[in-house]
Amino acid sequence: MTETKDGVAGVQEQPQSPRALLHIAGLKVTFSSRSGPVRAVDRVDLAIREGERIGLIGESGSGKTVTGMAILGLLPVNAKIRGTIRYGDHDLLTAPDRTLQQIRGNEIAMISQNSGNSLNPVMKIGDQVAEPLVIHRICSVPDARREAIRVLSELGFDDPEQAATRYPHEFSGGMRERILIALALICHPRLIIADEPTAGLDAGTKSHILRLIKTQIAHNGTLFLITHDLGAASFLCDRIAVMYAGEVVECGPAKEVLSLPLHPYTQGLIASLPSAGLHPIPGMSPSPASLPRGCRFCERCPAALDRCDCDHPDLFLTECGRQVRCFHYD
Amino acid sequence: MIELEGVSKIYSRGFIRREQTVAVDNVTLSVKKGESLGLVGESGSGKSTLGRLALRLIEPTSGTVRFDGRDLSCLSRAELRRTRPRMQIVFQDPDTALDPRMTVKDCISEPMKVWRLAMPAEQKERVVGLMDLVGLQPDLIDRYPFELSGGQKQRVALARVLALKPDFIVADEPTAALDLSVQAQILTLIKKIRRSTGLTLLFISHDLQVIGQMSDTVAVMHKGKIVEQGRTRDVLENPNDTYTRHLVEAAYESSAWMGKNR
Repeated sequence: MTETKDGVAGVQEQPQSPRALLHIAGLKVTFSSRSGPVRAVDRVDLAIREGERIGLIGESGSGKTVTGMAILGLLPVNAKIRGTIRYGDHDLLTAPDRTLQQIRGNEIAMISQNSGNSLNPVMKIGDQVAEPLVIHRICSVPDARREAIRVLSELGFDDPEQAATRYPHEFSGGMRERILIALALICHPRLIIADEPTAGLDAGTKSHILRLIKTQIAHNGTLFLITHDLGAASFLCDRIAVMYAGEVVECGPAKEVLSLPLHPYTQGLIASLPSAGLHPIPGMSPSPASLPRGCRFCERCPAALDRCDCDHPDLFLTECGRQVRCFHYD
Repeated sequence: MIELEGVSKIYSRGFIRREQTVAVDNVTLSVKKGESLGLVGESGSGKSTLGRLALRLIEPTSGTVRFDGRDLSCLSRAELRRTRPRMQIVFQDPDTALDPRMTVKDCISEPMKVWRLAMPAEQKERVVGLMDLVGLQPDLIDRYPFELSGGQKQRVALARVLALKPDFIVADEPTAALDLSVQAQILTLIKKIRRSTGLTLLFISHDLQVIGQMSDTVAVMHKGKIVEQGRTRDVLENPNDTYTRHLVEAAYESSAWMGKNR
């Protein structure tokens, strides 16, 4: 097995594949805090190919949302960012604000977490959904409004014209999530970043929303799904990267990762599902302010070796072309 | 242990044009001593309202709630107060359930002080014992809630409730705000405590898979009404009501990928 220290997740799997649409390399995000630097994201390498649906799975604090925000340049000013995020000819991390503004919402759109806080409470739905078209000068205001109503009806609003004149608080959580999806889709972006699009929704609404996202990205769309919901990821994604304590610990085809997880953390995560019998992983994730020297999962790992305590594993490439950050696959 | 009979809760709003929302509609339900009843339904189905009604945290519009055979609405204030420590609730969001200005020790020992359950000298020892029971490291004793993770906060909330040695607990989606692996930890903890103390539990959740793990019997709530009730296994494997069937299918769908490899 070969080490892939400088390799990029996914690219070696199919070298002949089309060029990556988005290429994250060596992404490191550190926040400074009173108790020292907090390493939220550490050396993340990911390539997203055109038309691919990739899921970034992890628990709170694993750095998955920070990775998503870094792509769109939405991190706060106290974040120290290293590495590159290549999109076309641009490096999104160093691109000037003007370039980012042209890409954001137009070519790369985001379905953000928490529909309650992400919509403008004092702006009518129709105007909000039409706004990206107007801002990016794609069409005139009346055309934008017509398009907004069309997208809303596509997303299951029975009376989209009437819905367009209402305010966010008049809708339920599920309907607000649809509005956010409409907002993300309206400019036909090349890449959609969806950050926990189904958090806080109940089972029925959740499966509706997931189906909607699936049909909407079916014709032309690349999806970067950020979630802690393994069911959602298996439903929407072809490929899954699992994050733990700021690092990608496993990456591979969705079906394989979920049915035959390699990393002990992924195995533990799947065993903690209620439907798998609720077998919890002992302990808790290390604080990103004081990460262990060796493997970051070592303390909780049932299969830890002596070297796991002091050596930090790289992302190893297994014979079947999957990647896993664990010495058992060295 | 707890019996609800024909309980309804109607919220009215507006002055001239009165609008009414029927949150809970004529519900009859009982939880036997030592049993765990799962209450499942989508958001807005009235399950949290029902949980609060069972503890008389809110007054029913009509119907009676009996705890240990006694009608809670007939109790005098003093009697109701004396019943309170025996019935407790664990809330969904541990962030808002804990006082941000109280340390773990203050928070867990407060019920003991209120009910004079322990001499001041023994309190610390009891707090440490409870922390051990819910799986909290003893060195967290002087921390404030903001210094704890979501799972740790929920453990503190649980320890605070257990300090009173209650007979009946309403757990209102106690893991909805938690991560998957933390959810598994908290749920196995609740199971363990239930086994060792014989606690009666009303477990509210929108997740059928969780209910399947946590309760002996289940009641399915839809638009304020109980549409189906029975042994958890029977209801999950052979749902009669169309709404229950819809819920069960949605739950299976979300974990369908697991079936293939198990």
